[in-house]
Amino acid sequence: MMPALDFLVPAVYFAAAVMFIYGLKGMSSPVTARSGMIWAGVAMLLAVLVTFFHPKVEGNYLLMIIALVSASAVAWWWARIVAMTDMPQMIALYNGMGGGSAAAIAAVELLKLHSGQVQMVPTTLLVACFGAIIGSIAFSGSMVAYAKLQGWMRKSWRFPGQQAFNLLVFAATIGLGVWIFIDGPTPTLLLLFFMASLLAGILLTVPIGGADMPVVISLYNALTGLAVGFKGYVLEIPALMIAGIVVGAAGTVLTQLMAKAMNRSLTNVLFAGFGKADEDAAAGAASGEMRAIDATDAAIQMAYAEKVIIVPGYGLAVAQAQHKIWELTELLTSRGVKVTFAIHPVAGRMPGHMNVLLAEAGVPYDLIYDLEDINAQFPTTDVALVIGANDVVNPAARKDSSSPIFGMPILDVDRSRNCIVVKRGKGTGFSGIENLLFFEDNTRMLYGDAQKVAQALIAGIKSLG
Amino acid sequence: MEGWIALYIFMLAAFTGIEVIRRVPAILHTPLMSGSNFIHGIVVVGGMVVLGMADTTAEIVVGFIAVFLGAGNAVGGYVVTERMLEMFKSSGTKPEKKD
Repeated sequence: MMPALDFLVPAVYFAAAVMFIYGLKGMSSPVTARSGMIWAGVAMLLAVLVTFFHPKVEGNYLLMIIALVSASAVAWWWARIVAMTDMPQMIALYNGMGGGSAAAIAAVELLKLHSGQVQMVPTTLLVACFGAIIGSIAFSGSMVAYAKLQGWMRKSWRFPGQQAFNLLVFAATIGLGVWIFIDGPTPTLLLLFFMASLLAGILLTVPIGGADMPVVISLYNALTGLAVGFKGYVLEIPALMIAGIVVGAAGTVLTQLMAKAMNRSLTNVLFAGFGKADEDAAAGAASGEMRAIDATDAAIQMAYAEKVIIVPGYGLAVAQAQHKIWELTELLTSRGVKVTFAIHPVAGRMPGHMNVLLAEAGVPYDLIYDLEDINAQFPTTDVALVIGANDVVNPAARKDSSSPIFGMPILDVDRSRNCIVVKRGKGTGFSGIENLLFFEDNTRMLYGDAQKVAQALIAGIKSLG
Repeated sequence: MEGWIALYIFMLAAFTGIEVIRRVPAILHTPLMSGSNFIHGIVVVGGMVVLGMADTTAEIVVGFIAVFLGAGNAVGGYVVTERMLEMFKSSGTKPEKKD
């Protein structure tokens, strides 16, 4: 190794750590977010390039290049083609890969320790084991989250004594870790250890309902960060430690913020289980019937209203209806109707997603209100137009203490004089919970794709002259 | 590595992480999650180091997996974040929000 490289490798790692923090810092404003990310991307590229000259790297260069190029090509292509609405599961997927990578690094290190090629002081071994557990859990958990969001696993899987069983698996994982720590790793022990860790991640995620997934993904993101930080310690690469721990800490705060927006504690999200009450809710709540309305009548109602509040949700994102909705808003405003938007903190599947889509369509910020600011206004509102939102307007959160979403802050659209719900079909929402709103006396269902419905409403209002 | 120095690094990095995202507005939470997801993709560097050290078949296979998964994390995380921030560009020309 040339002396220049001795300096270059750690120098680039150091610069990368600085750029990563700078990149995350840029996220505090939409103006700087992009340039920050680009710098972080450049830093990542350089860090990967200099790693070919890392003093510990002695061979397998071709394999390294094959792995890098093939993974990059697939990940790039997949991330490009996927629809914006599917972004949460893509984050889960890529996060899981990071966790898996950290776990695999731990596996190699522990195998090396077994064959005596690597020495570890007890602290390092302990950190390596911890990183292995956390990385494995983040990997398998994220994959389950991906499957759930992708709709491959809609049911929340539960069985009697699940909590106890999960605890047992988790205890076994820790036990195996301790065994490795005391006796040193053997291949069989390692295999059992990683199997148990992966199983723990699956078991932890399987009972959690789809609506809670963003919180869970955020948590696994933090866990992966932590695992990466631990690997940085084991491999003696401070850049990994810093990047990993910064993400771990930031991710933990973010997870708490998101859980708070749903009025739940993290423990509640993880262990209370959304899915638990699925059967009860589905059986008990559906009293009364849903009454439909056609677009023409809905258009008349809105055109002669004084005050209209539009509540957008995931359905709007799917239908890409934001531009039509803004056109509708402008049309109503020109007739003297006061139109505002109400956005629930967890509307859609990603916090902030709705704000982005509306901003893109040109809706000014001062027409968009948060939950706390607008809820008092619903009783004096003539028409609340709910477009593709479901759980966030479900009055069961206030009325039905047996409902899994009981206690979650919701937009009180049911308190407005008339409520029109635009919805694709009669099924339950993403979380699988029956929505009491649909059966209220002042609610009318307007079935159809959000974009087509908006188009029909615009036509209807225009025909009134 | 000296244990105490590592502990200091961990502690300072944790505070940095908390401070850096404290002021991030709710509308940027998702891009932030995605961006931090990209940043822990640096794990690919660790994967390369262990693959570079690997001798036995088992080590090489697992090391290869580590690089593959890490690279997927980094590249996929970057593209997803970039695509999301692209949407913000169009809103960036609009008048700034209150605060």
